[in-house]
Amino acid sequence: MAKRIDVSDLNVYYGSFLAVEGVTVSIEPRSVTALIGPSGCGKSTFLRSINRMHEVLPGARVEGKIVMDGQDLYGPDSDPVDVRRQIGMVFQRPNPFPTMSIYDNVAAGLRLNNKKMKKGDLDDLVERSLRGANLWNEVKDRLGRPGSSLSGGQQQRLCIARAIAVEPDVLLMDEPASALDPISTLAIEDLMTELKERFTIVIVTHNMQQAARVSESTGFFNLSGVGQPGRLIEFNPTEKIFSNPDEKATEDYISGRFG
Amino acid sequence: MTSTSSSRPVLRRGDRVFAGTAKGAGILIMLILAGVTVFLVVEAAPALTAPAEDIPGGDGLASYIAPLLFGTLLAAVIALALATPLAVAIALFITQYAPRRLAQGLGYVVDLLAAIPSIVYGFWGVFWLAPKMVPFYRWLEDNLGFIPLFAGPTSATGRTMLTAGLVLAIMILPIISAIAREVFRQTPTLHREAALALGATRWEMIRMAVLPYGSSGVIGGAMLGLGRALGETMAIALVLSVSGGITFNLISSGNPSTIAANVALQFPESSGIDVNTLIASGLVLFVITFAVNMGARAIVNRRAEFSGAGS
Repeated sequence: MAKRIDVSDLNVYYGSFLAVEGVTVSIEPRSVTALIGPSGCGKSTFLRSINRMHEVLPGARVEGKIVMDGQDLYGPDSDPVDVRRQIGMVFQRPNPFPTMSIYDNVAAGLRLNNKKMKKGDLDDLVERSLRGANLWNEVKDRLGRPGSSLSGGQQQRLCIARAIAVEPDVLLMDEPASALDPISTLAIEDLMTELKERFTIVIVTHNMQQAARVSESTGFFNLSGVGQPGRLIEFNPTEKIFSNPDEKATEDYISGRFG
Repeated sequence: MTSTSSSRPVLRRGDRVFAGTAKGAGILIMLILAGVTVFLVVEAAPALTAPAEDIPGGDGLASYIAPLLFGTLLAAVIALALATPLAVAIALFITQYAPRRLAQGLGYVVDLLAAIPSIVYGFWGVFWLAPKMVPFYRWLEDNLGFIPLFAGPTSATGRTMLTAGLVLAIMILPIISAIAREVFRQTPTLHREAALALGATRWEMIRMAVLPYGSSGVIGGAMLGLGRALGETMAIALVLSVSGGITFNLISSGNPSTIAANVALQFPESSGIDVNTLIASGLVLFVITFAVNMGARAIVNRRAEFSGAGS
């Protein structure tokens, strides 16, 4: 049930500080869209504004429009809780609920959405989600163990399983592999390639090879100086960004001649 | 020479001094505890071995201490049952819901409750709270009298076990809510955001992330509060109208006393074996408090694997 996201003239604030300015972009369904750029350029902030997680921070707010298949996410009668149920998120550091077992971690979102789910149905969904996250074979014998007993890479796949268990329309990933070793990173990247058949995926990454490997489209964020808002400098198919970008700044960043 | 013959690791002098000081402090605590224990056992020994008719009451030590122990536990349990949910609710409001400025003020006010001397609570309980509670107790007796807890007859002064429990609850409220507040505030943003990003409402987020993370801390806080409630002396001595033995009737004038209050009230007029008897009751209180703390520790440890303390 992948959906398309249209962002227009988005400004994102922390209190009175304008962190991201004037982002207009269309994110295609059933594809991976990568956001790259230097630290502090606002790509994570932009990502968090898509599922309305940005406004969780005190004083944080957003101006502009984000529309998902015709549904205005920041419309007057749009409930942020509903938005977050449709748009899943995976964070930079794996964050399974430490007090819950592996099973309960995956079931957590399902239980929020549907209080009276039958045990058998729940079992099936948990298994399907864990299989979807390529984790089932590693954990099927210890579903009752705490989620924190897994390795970092396994924990991150557990978090992906938790996010896809509720069948979201869009999956946001904020540097999902930056805290992981190369083998776990590869596992996550393979997983993204599988998941894009079913979901719209937006990933923030510092790793340009990763963006080149997994994404169809890439957006380059940059800021002109400290205290200045971040902007979306260029948004193009990944091949074009990495071979023949329109903007000089993009080319400088990608070729390492940045700053 | 040290590098070859000695197996001890290289240690800077500062480290050695600090380690020694810390070890000394730890040993000091054990020594003080042992000293108190020895004192209690030695002083209680004459009462433990005395013939039954020499003990006040004339029926032996066990039947002298039993109602006191019962009263102590009952008052403390009432206090804990009333204070813990309220303290958790206050802590949740302050850390999760209240605007920052209000939260600070409210936290300060709750902490102030801890600074009030217990005798002031006692006066407040006996002169203000107890009379105000009488109509409520009448209502309980009339409407819920079939429950043994509220069988009555209602005390005319309101100086009942329930009033004592209420006063104790207010006294232990600040300690529990202060600890709950601290642990709730330390809930990692990662866990809070994990719940919110799944589409949890504020309350669902609290249930998924904040309460599980803080539960062992809340239990620890409750046990500290229980320790204070078990040992509380002056407030109980003033508030509770004592006559009679073991009863679950919370609103009548016939209540068992508590160990600490009984010691405070009886000690000035005691001598000889009577003093040993009071100290023996103190020994019992000491053992009970110890057991409660061990029990709490066991509860906290059993969930340690899931507590998130390691991650």
